[in-house]
Amino acid sequence: MQLTLTVNGTARTFDGDPAMPLLWYLRDGLALTGAKFGCGTGVCGACTVHIDGSPARACTTPMKSAAGKTVVTIEGLDAAHPVKQAWQEINVPQCGYCQTGQIMSAAALLASTPKPDDEDIDAALRGNICRCGTYQRIRDAVKKAAGVTA
Amino acid sequence: MPRSVGRSVRRKDGDDKVTGRALYIDDLTFPGMLHGMTVRATIPCGRIDRVRPAFDTTGFVLVDRHDIPGRNVVAGIMDDQPCLAVHEVRHAAEPIMLVAHEERDALARVHVDIDYTPATPVFEPRWSSECFKSLVIEKGRLDAGFAEAYTVVEGEYRTGHQEQLYLETNGVIAVPEGGGMTVYGSLQCPHYVHRALVMALGLQAGQVRVVQAETGGGFGGKEEYPSILACHAALLARKAGRPVKMIYDRAEDMWATTKRHPSIVRHRTGVTREGRITAMDIDLVLDGGAYCTLSPVVLSRASIHASGPYRCDHIRIRGRAMMTNTPPNGAFRGFGAPQSQFATEVHMDRIAETLGIDPVAVREQNALRPGDTTATGQVLGEDASAVEVLQAAVRKSKYHEKRARWRGTGKGIGLSLFFHGSGFTGSGEVTLASKASVELTAGGVRVLVSSTEIGQGTRTMHAQIVADALGIPYEVVETAAVDTAVVPDSGPTVASRTCMVVGRLLQRAAGDLKARLGRLSPAAYFAAHGPLVVTAEYEPPPGAAWDEQAYRGDAYGSYGWGCHVAEIDVRPDTWAVQPVRMTAVAEIGRAIHPMMATGQIEGGTAQGVAWALLEEVVMRDGAMANHTLTNYLIPTAADTPRIDTVILERPYAHGPFGAKGVGEMPIDGPAPAIVNALRHAGYDVRAIPATPERVMKAGRL
Ligand code: FES
Ligand code: FES
Repeated sequence: MQLTLTVNGTARTFDGDPAMPLLWYLRDGLALTGAKFGCGTGVCGACTVHIDGSPARACTTPMKSAAGKTVVTIEGLDAAHPVKQAWQEINVPQCGYCQTGQIMSAAALLASTPKPDDEDIDAALRGNICRCGTYQRIRDAVKKAAGVTA
Repeated sequence: MPRSVGRSVRRKDGDDKVTGRALYIDDLTFPGMLHGMTVRATIPCGRIDRVRPAFDTTGFVLVDRHDIPGRNVVAGIMDDQPCLAVHEVRHAAEPIMLVAHEERDALARVHVDIDYTPATPVFEPRWSSECFKSLVIEKGRLDAGFAEAYTVVEGEYRTGHQEQLYLETNGVIAVPEGGGMTVYGSLQCPHYVHRALVMALGLQAGQVRVVQAETGGGFGGKEEYPSILACHAALLARKAGRPVKMIYDRAEDMWATTKRHPSIVRHRTGVTREGRITAMDIDLVLDGGAYCTLSPVVLSRASIHASGPYRCDHIRIRGRAMMTNTPPNGAFRGFGAPQSQFATEVHMDRIAETLGIDPVAVREQNALRPGDTTATGQVLGEDASAVEVLQAAVRKSKYHEKRARWRGTGKGIGLSLFFHGSGFTGSGEVTLASKASVELTAGGVRVLVSSTEIGQGTRTMHAQIVADALGIPYEVVETAAVDTAVVPDSGPTVASRTCMVVGRLLQRAAGDLKARLGRLSPAAYFAAHGPLVVTAEYEPPPGAAWDEQAYRGDAYGSYGWGCHVAEIDVRPDTWAVQPVRMTAVAEIGRAIHPMMATGQIEGGTAQGVAWALLEEVVMRDGAMANHTLTNYLIPTAADTPRIDTVILERPYAHGPFGAKGVGEMPIDGPAPAIVNALRHAGYDVRAIPATPERVMKAGRL
């Protein structure tokens, strides 16, 4: 079965198993390795990308659900995006493995809620686990990116 | 020149980790690469009678123990663990065969029939007949100490397994190159892997190269485990003559890899009526799992920390690490000290309760001070700061006020006082003889060490130290990728030694380099004279002495000191415990990078809170039954309390710019602080995790 989708602004045709997770297509098919595999079962958030602007878990999204959609990965997020800037400025990452997913969730939050409070942030990032425990700094970085003082 | 030490400069690895450019092991591919997997035992204990592949093996590469050219052993302390089982199965994840195929999906077709003669497994460490290591630490005379006592307080305390759960699972790629083998991997200690490969492959040291990929967390879980995985991938790659990638999925990683040692600790403590400790008799048992791995050194650290940050003239600590038929346990942040200090600190609150004295007063009166001696007889230096951290935490958290106000409300507040030795135990650092180098480049200098960046900020912190030692900008200091063919052996990235020990070597090397440069800048010297590398090798602090047989002497170069205060809410209907706030005070000598040091404290605290309340490894038939992220819970933002961190600095003369270790200590404190808060709320809990079920069944106070 052939299906089409847009990834980081480029139109793509996929010709393979429609049940294949989007994450494998991105990583193995397109060499976009910024989205990570942490669990494969939708619970850690390391594979977070945007599908039509909403955060989604690429590991549990079959290719057929991405058909006709617009997918943005960390590589497609503008380098000058305020979330990326804030993350760099206040040294959020430790091991970094969760961070591309955290950033994608945070960017989606700010797109829908430009001035989030603590509850909004916690709700939006609830599904993104950080074993290094950077949660406090993530909250600060989201606020910094949003221009609300921490 | 603005100094960089003490400033929170930009992390060297920050940009790549934020843009997704950082390359972790599964992000790498090599031409012709195969995907490998491990066929494991399905019983915890027994004899293997027959192994028979029961699938179409066309297109697959198969490796069994006969394909091992060197010794069938994972190099370690005891060399007791085979790369692939011979006849005996000692745990349910024991590797038996290896398989590789071009298509990752094809591995799902692998099916191997294994016939066994099962034997009776042992899961209770105290009943095991096999002991990996036992030791006794003795100070003074126990009977004399008990004779002075007004009363004796006894208790038994237990902690469970804990999975490191680095977010990136274990993974390596082995690439056969020029008659030798290169292994890339997610790892903490490339030279451990190097040694294991040389032994299993029967190669010369120069034929083996180990390169660290960006590593998605370790916490001890990638200290020695990658050695066996690297051997497996290399055996497949050798047989196939092609690169082989092996990446565990989450279930296999949780099922098969090392975890924190469960512990059972018994205390008998003599105290005077006023609360002075006169005698401490401590018996400690660690569950080592099926093979020795690092258990002897985990036991050492656990035992040396078992009397806590307290002075006492009469101490006996007996420790044993026992074999059981579960996958081997190994390093996890804290390395035994969190287990033994959990017991000590819960016991301290019980002593206070028995005597009707304030928990802070009991601790303050017994806390180790400069000039006091530890259980091993080490005389503490001026940087011993137990009293300072205790007072700071009590003040910051308003401990006494809340303790009085919250009684009977379902809220609880508790504290813990602890210390943590930096660097290898005893003469370990002398044996390691670590090296670190600084090399001139066209534009500045480059740091050459084998210390790995696993999130804790190695590259950044080392670059800061070198920049200031040379008086050059932080920005012109580069850090070399960790490749055993390029960097010297700086020892493993463990034991809170990367800053205090390796950082000090770099400070010395940079100091020597500065002397060589004279009045020239590094770039000017390079232009005029070409390349220059300066290396420093470890030298023990003057006068340090350790007797490994008697367990006497200077156990660590120095100690960090910490005090945690936990504030919790207990739901009376569900017995669920919500951690609300942690106050974490840490005295670490000098914070090279205050923001990263704070990050280490926050991260260690979050893991400690979860170990206390959330993380329960359920063992069934000798293996982890809940080996998924849906039923082994690690903390999300919602499970992590607010953490107020306070850093105190009492410089250590032999650390770089006064710095001691910081990475591990923060995990020593949260669990006892939380259990003591439960005590304050009326629940007598003596084992963790304090799940709602445990809290429900706990005695009422
Ligand atoms: S890998 Fe997709 S949620 Fe964990
Ligand atoms: S930074 Fe390591 S898991 Fe989040």
